[in-house]
Parts: sequence; C-alpha cells; structure tokens
Amino acid sequence: MYHKEKSIQIKNSASALYNNLSVLRIAPRRLTYFTVVHANVVNMVSASWDGLNYSHRQLQSKEPNVATSTSLIMQVAFCVLPSRDLLVVTSQKGIQIYESDGSIMVYWHALDTSDAPTAQAVFARGISAVWDNYICVGVSSGAILVFDVPSKGSNITLSEVLEEHKEPITDIASECSGSQECIADLVSADDGGNLCVWKSGKEFQLLNKIPGFDMSCSSVKLWKGIVVAGYGTGQIHLFEAVTGILHAEVNAHARWIYSLDIAPFSGLLLSAAEDSLVRVWHLTVTPETNSVEVAHLHNECVTDTQICGAKFCDGDGYAFAVTGYDLSEIIRYTQL
Amino acid sequence: MSVKTLPLVFINLGGEMLYILDQRLRATSTSEDNSEKGVWSENDRKRVMNDIVGTLFSKTFMDELLKPQQLYSHRTLKTVLTRLAHASIMRLNPASMDRLYELTIMAFKYQVFRCPRPKDLLLISYSHIDTIRELVKDTSVVVNQVDETHRKIIEVYSSLSEGEFQLLRQTLLIFFQDMHVRVSLFLKNQIQNPDGRFALPTSGPVPHGIVVPGLIRVFDSKGREVRRSEFPAGGSYSSPVREGSFELHGDRVISLGMNMYTVNHPEETHTSKGDGTPNPLAKEELNLLACLIGSLKAENMPRAEYGFRINLFTTDQEEEEEADGTSDGAEESMFGVINIQAMQDEQSAAELARITGQFAEEEEQHENPSGNKGDDLLAMMDDL
Repeated sequence: MYHKEKSIQIKNSASALYNNLSVLRIAPRRLTYFTVVHANVVNMVSASWDGLNYSHRQLQSKEPNVATSTSLIMQVAFCVLPSRDLLVVTSQKGIQIYESDGSIMVYWHALDTSDAPTAQAVFARGISAVWDNYICVGVSSGAILVFDVPSKGSNITLSEVLEEHKEPITDIASECSGSQECIADLVSADDGGNLCVWKSGKEFQLLNKIPGFDMSCSSVKLWKGIVVAGYGTGQIHLFEAVTGILHAEVNAHARWIYSLDIAPFSGLLLSAAEDSLVRVWHLTVTPETNSVEVAHLHNECVTDTQICGAKFCDGDGYAFAVTGYDLSEIIRYTQL
Repeated sequence: MSVKTLPLVFINLGGEMLYILDQRLRATSTSEDNSEKGVWSENDRKRVMNDIVGTLFSKTFMDELLKPQQLYSHRTLKTVLTRLAHASIMRLNPASMDRLYELTIMAFKYQVFRCPRPKDLLLISYSHIDTIRELVKDTSVVVNQVDETHRKIIEVYSSLSEGEFQLLRQTLLIFFQDMHVRVSLFLKNQIQNPDGRFALPTSGPVPHGIVVPGLIRVFDSKGREVRRSEFPAGGSYSSPVREGSFELHGDRVISLGMNMYTVNHPEETHTSKGDGTPNPLAKEELNLLACLIGSLKAENMPRAEYGFRINLFTTDQEEEEEADGTSDGAEESMFGVINIQAMQDEQSAAELARITGQFAEEEEQHENPSGNKGDDLLAMMDDL
C-alpha cells in the first residue's frame, strides 16, 4: 500500500519524546516543513515538493536576552489558525511561539516554578491550536494554558488556565474533521490516561471527563466527535467524545505508543510505537447507527528503531513521515 | 527533565563498572597469597570491591544523589565514577577509565533501551544491587550499607507512576543519545549491530501488563462487544512471562542488569571517537561535584601505603593510539579550570584536602619499586 521514499537527513538524531514530529504543508509555495526535537534543539527542515531543495534551521529553547540558559525541549508543533501559522516550542523553562518558518520569536511565556513541589519535574508539553484564535499548551502540573492569538503581531495573551487534570499533560488535540457540527473541539490527555473533552470559547467549557486506567495516554486525536487515544499498553481506544462511550479497543502494539495521527479527509489513522512498528488503519464513522469501524490496512517496520514520531504529510494520508530515537533522518512513505 | 535519575544512574553504572573490574581482577588472580609479585590475590580483589561498594552505597553519597536534581553531564559523571573507582587501592590510567566509562554507558544504554516497561528500570537496578551484594557478601558492614540503600530506593521509587518512570527513561535516553560505541561482547551476542545500534526484535514475550497485538474489538453503546477481528501484527509475539519481584530479595525475572561478563572470556572493547563539546553548565555541575566529593566519607578513603595502577584493556600499541586520539586541547583546559573550592562546610573542605593530599602521597610512592604491584599489572592485563 505504501512504499519507502528517499529519507530526509536531519542535523541531529531525534530524542525519545512523545509525538516527536510535526509537519506543515504549505501548498502555495510547494513546500513542506518538518520539525524534530533533539534534546535542547529543534531541527527544522523545509523540503520542496520536487525533492530538489532542502534547507535546514535549528532553534534552541531559551529565554530571550539570556545567552546561556538552554533547557530540554519536550515538544514542538505547528499550530494552524485561519489567519496565520505559528510554531510552538515547549520546554522545561517555558513556552516559545515563533513564526512558522522559525525566523522570529513572537512570544515567550516562562513557566512558574515557584509553587511546584521541588520533587517533581517542571515542563510544558501538549500543544494544539483550536478554533479561530486559541493555542492551548499543557503543563506538568496538569494545567492547560489557553493563549489568545491575534491575527497578526505579537500581542499574544494568556486568556485562561484550565485546571482539571491532576497529572502531567501528555498531548492535546483539536477536532480536525473541519465539520462545524461537532460540539467538542478539544481533547486533552495526561500521564494517568485521563481524557478531558472541551468546548473552546472566551471561557472554555468542560464537556466530559473520561477516566484513565493508571496508564499514560501518550497521544490523542479528535476526529468527527471521536477521541482516538494511544496508551503505554500499546492499545488504542476510540471513545465518543461527548458521552465517553467506548466504541472500540485495538491491541495495536507490543510496546508504548508514542504517536498517533489522522488524515481528516480520508479517515486514515497512523499509529507508531517503541516496538519499531508503524501501522495504518481506516476509521469509518456512521452517525446514523452511532458506530465506528476500525480496519487495519498496512504495517511498516523500522528495523531496530523505537519510533517517536509519525505524521501524515497531507490531509488524505497519501504520504506519511516517521522519526525514531537516535535516528538522524526523517523516513518517508508514499502510497503506491 | 526527570529530577530522580541520579540514584538509579549510579547504581546501574556503578554496578556495570564493578562487574567489569571484578572480571578483570579475577582474571589476573592465580594464587591466594601475596608472595608472587604483580598478582592480584583474592583478598586484594575483595578489598577493592568493598572499598568501592562501601563508597557508592554510603549514606551521605546516596542522600546527595536522592535530592531532586537534573542529570549530570557526561564529563561530571565520568569524573565522579573515576573518583569512585579510585576509592580503593586500585588506580586506572586515563585511557582505561575512558574505556571503562564507554563500556558501562553502552551496557546501561542497552538495558534502558530494551527495558520492557519503564517500571522495569527498577528491576534492572535491583538486579545490579543483587550482584553487588554477592560481590561483598563476606563483609557484613558493607552488605548492611547495600541493604539500607536498597530499602531507601524501594521507599522512594515504588510509588512512582508508569508515566514518571517513562519520563525518567526518556531523560536517560536523551543522555545516551548518539553513542554507538561497538562492544565486542554485544556484537558477538548479536544484541548490537555492526553500525553500533542495538537490536530490537519484533518477537518474544510482550512485557507484563501488555496484550499481544492483533485484535480489534468493537462495542455497542451499552459496552457489549459486538464484533472482534484480527489483523496481522507483523511480528511473532508471545504472552508475557511472570512479573519480577520488586522486594529487597527475589527473582527479578528479566535478564537485563545481570552480569554479562565471565572470567574465562575477557572481551575486547572498541572505542569510537567521542564528541567532546564542552557543557555551558559545567561550572554549576562542578560545584555540585565538589559537594559530592566532599561528602564521601573519610573512612572509605584508602589508607593504603602504595597504589596499584591498572591498565584494564589495552595493549601497549593501543595505548599509544589512545594517547594520540584522545588528547584534546579543549578537554585539557576544561579540567584545568576545575576549582574544587565551593565548600561551605569546613569539615568537608578539610576532608577533601586530606583526601587529595593522600592521593598525592600515593603518587609519590609510586616511584618506589619495592612493594609496587602496579607496573607488572600492565603485562598481566593484556589478556586480550
């Protein structure tokens, strides 16, 4: 179904972090951006669609005007809003927001370490754009910071802090089907496997809380009102977001899942884990019968590699890219 | 990231270091008495083990490690491990220490990489502690120290969630990133590929608590299963084995963390060129290091009248190659900058002065040929 393409070499190897690959497709310029985290550096590659031009950039996580402080980065993600695309970098020190090409930092938010118990690690992790003008970022305390983003300029403000989770946030995702009918437009996951379903707005509304089973949910997606969650047990659960009904359970991987992605136009689902396997599934949602079907389509094995990032490169799922721990390349696959 | 890595790092790296030292010292011991010059007796070996283990598992050392803090840099870690190794009558030359560090790091990297569940990092650590206990079993004072530390570790780590263990594991994996030193024991056992990357089979038992992949179950709105289907999992997995014991004593079940080195096969090592980029946070870490060294108990420091130099791994030819390859101007100046003077505690400062003074004395006595087993050791270590 898919075959391997030429890999993109990156400057450093990928670190073993959840969801360690972000992809931004820029159709008007026939370019795709890829970002991969290596310790305290973000490797950014801009690849032209004709495969001829690659340009690289590296970003470090540091406070503005403080030369020597760098910290380990937990996650990097592109946030696509109607008015602009931004790049968000979360680390142990705080949250940085850049223009999508990484050229200018437009905002810096320092994490408040004073009231955290010193025995716990402090960091930000979990990034998602939602609705027209919000970017949500999770924190190790379980809080979710909601930033209000103007259509241009750097006047980004902290609009709200959502405090429902009690454990470190692992991942956040917004409804990606483009459908206006979905009530819920955001889902957040934490290290205990708990999921919160939200409706965005001037004040975010908690629609539902789906309890975990003491196992980290490392990656989560929301599509057509269905929450797709990947766990440290290698399982994928599909819930109806608003009611919490479990539609399906897949014993997908033999090790911890590190990344999930959905191609919204086709309903293809990508799962990747530490067991070196990437799997492609197809989801079908039938609203009339309120049922969900999961069909397995394809496997790829990246030999001897614990995969840490996997993303579709386009909305149909025609191509996907994969990163692995200690691997200095982005491996690509396209449909035959 | 994780602020709880150090105790496990030292137990596991220290453990691997002790396995290798034990193997080397056993390989050279041919008689019980000290009469034959240049031979390490059983007593010498035990003394070295007791000294190092006693220092590693001392209350002050462990208490310092147990404080929540970020993981050290490679440079700092290697320096502390070198001090640990030198907590005995044994002396390692820099090339040997470099090799030893690389070996222990690659062994631990392998264990962390292949760790079935993040929580099994504890089982790996306990495996190391089990073997360490065996190495010092004849000296009850040291065994007690090991037991006390083991209890403390159980107390601190048993309540961590899987998510916290995974964060700890991810922190360690970042620390080991890009290290691909080939170790011939690993290559021989096919747990490492010729390019230095570790093997990750898609077969064998799944970790405890994980289900063999291959099943899709669909439920109705009342939670009843309405359909199940299978898919090709692309590997040959089997059901999990029983869970290892997290108690003070017990069967750990998984083999990671057990002693891979046997006396009859002193294995060759192969170093690749390291990456010596200086760490901008080195000054802070060296201050931490200074506190740590100052807290090493006086009674664990050797009162030996002579020092033993050990050349662990290399033949004379390789040693020359090492000398050419590893002297790096930047590294030298980094070490020159170390000012171990960040002492707030007078007592620690006095102890440290006494300790360094002692090392100086031993260096001088090195020149004295009588009673010096060091030089003859060089020939003996070349069993490769």
